[in-house]
Amino acid sequence: MSTGFAIALIGAALATALAGCGSAWGVGVAGQAAAGVVSEDPAQFAKVLILQLLPGTQGIYGLLVTFITLSKVGLLGGAPAVSMDTATGLAILAACLPIAIVGLVSGLHQGKTSAASIGIVAKRPDQFGKAMLFPAMVETYAILALLISILSVSNVPV
Amino acid sequence: MSDMDYVFAVARIRVKEKYLLSDADVSQMVSMKDDRSVLGFLEDRGWGDSASSGNADAVLQKEEEKTREVLRECAGNSDIFEILSLPELYHNLKAGIKEVCTSEANGRAFYPVPKYGREDMLRILTEKKFDALPEHMRAVAARALEVMLQTRDGQRCDILVDRACLDAMAAAGARSKDPFIRDYENSQVAVTDIKIAVRGERTGKSREFLREALAPVEGLDVRRMAQAASEGRDSLLLFLSEHGYSEAAEAIKESPSAFERWCDNHLMKTIRPQKRNLASVGPVVAYYLARENEIRTARIILTAKANGFSEDATRERVREMYV
Repeated sequence: MSTGFAIALIGAALATALAGCGSAWGVGVAGQAAAGVVSEDPAQFAKVLILQLLPGTQGIYGLLVTFITLSKVGLLGGAPAVSMDTATGLAILAACLPIAIVGLVSGLHQGKTSAASIGIVAKRPDQFGKAMLFPAMVETYAILALLISILSVSNVPV
Repeated sequence: MSDMDYVFAVARIRVKEKYLLSDADVSQMVSMKDDRSVLGFLEDRGWGDSASSGNADAVLQKEEEKTREVLRECAGNSDIFEILSLPELYHNLKAGIKEVCTSEANGRAFYPVPKYGREDMLRILTEKKFDALPEHMRAVAARALEVMLQTRDGQRCDILVDRACLDAMAAAGARSKDPFIRDYENSQVAVTDIKIAVRGERTGKSREFLREALAPVEGLDVRRMAQAASEGRDSLLLFLSEHGYSEAAEAIKESPSAFERWCDNHLMKTIRPQKRNLASVGPVVAYYLARENEIRTARIILTAKANGFSEDATRERVREMYV
């Protein structure tokens, strides 16, 4: 197996691992806040569950980029490019980094924002629509990073 | 506990804040014709329980118990419960010393503080086992008991214990890692010092007396305040106006009840930013203090209505609410 192939696999792993960590933390924090609200007002379960799930998308984006990367290096098709040169491997690693890094950071911040929005729902359940917009804003940057990672991975010549 | 460990507790508190009394609710209570209407209004809002129904004292006591329970559940292992119960703890010490020295039993004078309720406090003082008290109380307990036994001077005993309480609060605030607790304890000690200075000026206390009674606190030169209070009302008002407490000076000029209201409103202003705090012990403590404030306000209104106070006189005494 070549060094380039190993580096490409590191990129694929980072996309899922870092973005997944961000989502896990974000969903965890929002989940604690959601549980606090439901412990006092069970009627708000559906609303706070939606807010809790918002930081979970980064993990899915990371997984998507990892699938595309694995497909690109032939690991899913049964013909892995084990002789890939180092420069190509580094290019694929670089292509995976946007969603890996932005997924981690945006997951952390979206979790905090979701927890704050759950606080809005706790006090004013009728303001759910507005409350959902705040964490949704953070999502913008995860989507931008996802687009760049997908475009880059797809266009790296292997 | 780290701040993020309070996310669950703060979310719980946000739901509970919906049920706090607002300024409009208090205004409505003040406008009611008698204490029974006020009590009915509070019971409709979920105050008290089936056992306390119709009894104002029992309803308020039940609400105090509920509030303490929420604090116990939400504050977790933090030392906040201990910090907040310092005034009650020192109050029990004063009540205990007086009961031991005068042999006049008064169970209602004690707060139900865990480990230091009436029975425990009387046993500690009777047997002089001061080691059973928290470290910050031991020296003052021994000294205040000795003063009371030798001189029967209740006022001197109160000054010693109250000053020790203020010092303990200031020390607890300084030790706290939470900036809100630091600010709150600092404000509380400063406000209590101002109260002592105002009362001392009214009763003509000496500068030495005031210096002994006032606890040093950040942002307030208590030695100069003691000097000003001993010189007279105008001097004290000038000192307060020049040191960022012009609202207090105005309230003192207005009336004693306006000044008492300023004291509580000033503390309420300190805790109000916690309404926007996402995760720390601050919102939990702020909720506890807000509940204490509304229970105190409800008691003022119920007492005023029961004693036939006019609406204006009652309104002058009610505090600003947290929400």
